[in-house]
Amino acid sequence: MAGLEDLYREIILDHYRSPRNRGELAVPPAHKVEGFNPLCGDEVVLYLDIDPATDTVRDVKIAGQGCSISQASTSMMSSAVKGQSIEEVRKLIRAFKALMSIHESKLEGDGGDGSDLAADLAGVRLGDLEALQGVVKFPVRIKCATLSWNTLQQALDETSQTHS
Amino acid sequence: MTALDVATIKRDFPIFEREVNGKRLVYLDSASSAQKPLAVLDAMDHAYRDHYANIHRGVYTIAEEATVAFEDARRKVARFVNAPRKEEIVFTRNATESINLVAYSWGRANLKTGDAVVLSHLEHHANVVPWQILAAERGIELRWIPLTQDFRLDLSNLDALLEGARLLAVSAMSNVLGTINDIRPLADAAHAHGALILVDACQYVPHVATDVQQWDADFVAFSSHKILGPTGIGALWARFELLDDMPPFLGGGEMIRDVRLDGFTTNDLPWKFEAGTPAIVEAIGFGAAIDYISALGMDAVRAHERLVTRYALESLRERFGESLTIHGPTDIEVRGGAVSFLFDGIHAHDVSQVLDEDAVCVRAGHHCAKPLMRQLGVPATTRASFYVYNDEADVDALIEALAKAQKFFAV
Repeated sequence: MAGLEDLYREIILDHYRSPRNRGELAVPPAHKVEGFNPLCGDEVVLYLDIDPATDTVRDVKIAGQGCSISQASTSMMSSAVKGQSIEEVRKLIRAFKALMSIHESKLEGDGGDGSDLAADLAGVRLGDLEALQGVVKFPVRIKCATLSWNTLQQALDETSQTHS
Repeated sequence: MTALDVATIKRDFPIFEREVNGKRLVYLDSASSAQKPLAVLDAMDHAYRDHYANIHRGVYTIAEEATVAFEDARRKVARFVNAPRKEEIVFTRNATESINLVAYSWGRANLKTGDAVVLSHLEHHANVVPWQILAAERGIELRWIPLTQDFRLDLSNLDALLEGARLLAVSAMSNVLGTINDIRPLADAAHAHGALILVDACQYVPHVATDVQQWDADFVAFSSHKILGPTGIGALWARFELLDDMPPFLGGGEMIRDVRLDGFTTNDLPWKFEAGTPAIVEAIGFGAAIDYISALGMDAVRAHERLVTRYALESLRERFGESLTIHGPTDIEVRGGAVSFLFDGIHAHDVSQVLDEDAVCVRAGHHCAKPLMRQLGVPATTRASFYVYNDEADVDALIEALAKAQKFFAV
């Protein structure tokens, strides 16, 4: 069975204890989105400031509270997307979700070869985020790790609607 | 030693034969759902194997046997809460459905714009959201009894809150804090103001001898799965005259006396509120669970849980001191066996994850009581809850696992 060390890697605990990009941004120009995990009460408040001229993430700030996995994932996500183009951020979201589900589908033994997921992962540098891989061995905690990414996705979808 | 022989009781529950992660199962989540004794599993198995048929329909032997077993379960439930008449027990899916039934049927027939329903800050979502739905639909006013510093209902303003109210809907025992609310004075106060009282007794009935007549309650909701019985069945007790006056909840078979093209007439109580084929075998299992716990004796159950809970509160305080906050009364006389706590700097989810390594099952989260969690100013708590199969050794296992969590997160 998977041990606690698989779940709570040192880098995760570091992001939990010293979360990056905590704070708020003025709305507008930033866009604010809240994400909730209704089962456990975890909460992510995401402030995303996108530069419309370059379509890049000018700044990102995070508020809210939750368990170490949700908070570390949020912190890592904020570091990973800052300064990136929208296109790169969307790639990163897909890659992260693939990281979370590739193992999930293996665990469930659904027979898929995961090639679509592998394509999402190809060529994307996840860096620190790979430390969250261990979460998939604890299926009930996957939603903790994906909360901030779903919130980010929602923020991107909402901003693209306002801009188009 | 305690009032119950836990070693013997544990042997009645097959689940305790298994291990989790190579460790003895320490089940401390009975406030969420209780484990099932062999007596319940056997009763249900027997019902399916030997006399299963739909009830109140067939004239053949096994249909008659099934009907008798089902109605016998209703009699057991009625006796268990000292209901004056067995027709006052309506089988529902769970306590949540029981409260929804009252909100839907009694609420829609009796409440109009401007009427007030009084709730408290420690209610489970099951006794909040049905009234919020009704409030949005009917424009009724919801009023809230606040809590005192020691996690009890603050009744200092009760008369003002009840002024002009039609219903007081309150929990008999908090699923988060463990607080036991003294129902009789609340019922008296409600009645003095011309209001009815609904008691969410989901956490209370499994642990303390319940007497709906002594409470002088009007509606009482509870479920089977927290009293060692199966899921999928619960009960609403209500005074006969109230049920008799209330319009039906769900429409369909069983709840009718006659149906014509231009309308229908309703069946007698309690079947008027039991549309469709009910959870027959679950009801039989519910009855078996009541037999099991009645044989232990509810006074012994309460005495046992007081001892275990006191031991848990003392052990937590002794071992962890200020680094752990207990959210709930410390006075054992006014609380049940649900103990919520929070470590400084460790999220409840992370605590329960570490505990799972040692096969210690606790609940982490908001416990379906988000308004209460906001009052407490915490996002989530860890909750250990005790029942007839828990003893001091289980508390010790909890304490050791918690010490491990504290060490792991180095707070």
